[in-house]
Amino acid sequence: MNLPAAQLWIIPALPLLAAGLGALTPRPARRFAAAAAIAGMAGALIFSILALRSAAADPSAHSFSNFAWFDLGHGAVTLGWLLDPLSALMCAMVSLVGLLIFIFSLGYMDADENFTRFFCFLSLFASAMLGVVIANSLLLLFVGWEVMGLASYLLIGFWFHNPVAAAAAKKAFITTRIGDLGFLLGLVWLYNATGSTLLYDGGRGVLEAGPLGGLAMPALAGGMAASTGIGLLLFCGAAGKSGQFPLHVWLPDAMEGPTPVSALIHAATMVAAGVFLIARVFPLVSADLTQAAAPIHALTVVAAIGVITALLGASIAVAQRDLKRVLAFSTISQLGYMMLALGVGSWVAAVFHLLTHAFFKALLFLSAGSVIHASHHEQDIRRLGGLRGRMRTTFATFAVGMMALAGVPFLFSGFWSKEAILHAALEWNVSTLPLYAGLAGVILTAFYMTRLLCEVFCGAPRSEAAAHAHESPAVITIPLVILAVGSIGLGFLGTPAWPWLQSQLTGETVAARSILEGGGLTVLSIVLVAIGIGSGWALYGRRPRATESAPDPVEAAAPGLFTFLGARMKIDEAYAATLGRLNSLGAALADFLDRRLWGGLVSLLGRIGEGAGLMNTGADEAGINAAFDAVSGGLRRTGQAYSRAQTGSGQGYLRALAVAFVVLAFLVLMGGGR
Amino acid sequence: MSPLHLCLAFSSLLFAVGLTGALARGNSILVLLGLELMLNAANLNFIAFWRFGPHGSPATGVVFVLFAIAVAAAETAVGLALIISMYRHQRNIRLPEATRLKG
Repeated sequence: MNLPAAQLWIIPALPLLAAGLGALTPRPARRFAAAAAIAGMAGALIFSILALRSAAADPSAHSFSNFAWFDLGHGAVTLGWLLDPLSALMCAMVSLVGLLIFIFSLGYMDADENFTRFFCFLSLFASAMLGVVIANSLLLLFVGWEVMGLASYLLIGFWFHNPVAAAAAKKAFITTRIGDLGFLLGLVWLYNATGSTLLYDGGRGVLEAGPLGGLAMPALAGGMAASTGIGLLLFCGAAGKSGQFPLHVWLPDAMEGPTPVSALIHAATMVAAGVFLIARVFPLVSADLTQAAAPIHALTVVAAIGVITALLGASIAVAQRDLKRVLAFSTISQLGYMMLALGVGSWVAAVFHLLTHAFFKALLFLSAGSVIHASHHEQDIRRLGGLRGRMRTTFATFAVGMMALAGVPFLFSGFWSKEAILHAALEWNVSTLPLYAGLAGVILTAFYMTRLLCEVFCGAPRSEAAAHAHESPAVITIPLVILAVGSIGLGFLGTPAWPWLQSQLTGETVAARSILEGGGLTVLSIVLVAIGIGSGWALYGRRPRATESAPDPVEAAAPGLFTFLGARMKIDEAYAATLGRLNSLGAALADFLDRRLWGGLVSLLGRIGEGAGLMNTGADEAGINAAFDAVSGGLRRTGQAYSRAQTGSGQGYLRALAVAFVVLAFLVLMGGGR
Repeated sequence: MSPLHLCLAFSSLLFAVGLTGALARGNSILVLLGLELMLNAANLNFIAFWRFGPHGSPATGVVFVLFAIAVAAAETAVGLALIISMYRHQRNIRLPEATRLKG
């Protein structure tokens, strides 16, 4: 049984329906809301697997189904669904990881009074991501992208009564919005240049040869291609969503949301969307490579940002003391790796790492959630410790996630995907910097993950909460075990010896290679992992931290550096001092202009109007009114004069009659009877 | 002086007496009396002109005067009713004080 592209909309529609049901569910109906969300996600998973079967039948085909959304002028705005191995794999990953996170939330959010609302938002989030994944139109992708931004805002600020969480939600929303502006501009530019936002449209889509050839022509100043500009603008959006430097600042703060939300943001949705976007429009972003003379290629910028982000995230993670923040910075660092892979031209390696990372990062976050749940929301690693004996399942799954992230060789998926990235970086002929940065990141990653594992699970408990922690219920541990299996097994889909995933994604058979080919680099990275884990063990594992206040070994060795890294390289402060201040300055200037200049002009106009009104009144009163007054005054006086004759005395009237008669008779007689 | 002139002189005198009474007295009934005198002076003229003038139809003047006397009687009845209602309003029947209709 297969799922054709025309029916692909079912996959995001099911969670969306669940979100709608959840929104209408009254608060006490917890079971119903959770059941709807989990059923929606399970349905999405089943249809994703069907879609994957359809896509695997012919990996090189991009089967699409377009439809007109609405007519506009001479044309129509067309949207569509796209079914190829990339979208099908992403759908399967998002719905599987999402489903496990939903099940985990059953246990984790059990005590929360807004349980139904939580599942409503989770479903909306997952639905938006699935919508992004299956979109065959950048416009539809953007719609899902923005819905996802909204859902992330709602979920990061889920505990909005905590002002820190509310601020973090706002920060995430505004920071990603800066990137989204770039995305929107790129979208408009693309539509202007090609008249379409469809990715594949039987030869007219923007990712197909005809329009791409036009876009790659040098059209801008300095011989830059239009595709470079569009690609960089789209990358702005991806950088915002995927937490790339310099827009990474929202990601650590997003830890204020509930832990399942962190897992969802960091693994299946949100940050994955940015990498997915660049992988999806890779033909467009890489189109300018045909112009060797162009001053800058979009992918070079992507690679540079990836390098900076990978190193920045990894080094800050070394000095963080919050369990979830270490993981957040490791996510930033791993996203840097993915961007680096995209930048050096291997979008397949980036997607491979995206998929494996989704599993082990969800695993790490959910294991951390299990620890936090067990130790009554204690997240400071200095106050944890000694959980190895008390939480065996969680320890085992966390250790699997840690080894996958650190890239422990051969067994764990993170190793294979990281190797794929490093080999791609080795083959890049523009610069060797990404390779060295990737290798440095390997040491740092292994080091800080070992530190985290040792601090949380080794030694003696350093707080009441940690001392009384006990293993979480099955509803929490079962998703962990499934994710741990995925974190191990997924790597084998993309090994050099059996490159199934690579063949699927590229749509052509990738020749199998021996693992030993290019073995020098593999050996080097294994040695680096060993150095990282070894030094981590030497500093943190051999003599675990004894008390909460004991100094960190790195802090003891280089206090200045540790504080600098602990303060996240002061990037937030730098933003506050520069951009924040610039903004306040602009606001003050605008305020001044408003009050003085525009305000003065407006009140001047007002005064002129007032003066005209006064003149008008004067003319009315002095000229027209006075004339009327004079006339009516005259009339009144005449009336008064006449009314004096009306004495009301009957005899007076009679007298007047008599006199008048006499006078009349006299006149008649004198006139001689004429 | 012919009888006609005597009659006219007498009726003029009578009219002047009535007019004086109507204009000079304050009592409404006396004013009404004065009006009746003037009316009768006019009636006297009718009779005189009929008796001493060129003869038309046999009883024109007398019929005219009889009509006038009947109308005057009705008019006097209306006048007296007015005087009664005037008394009800202002507790006397002095005509110079009845100026309420003045605007």
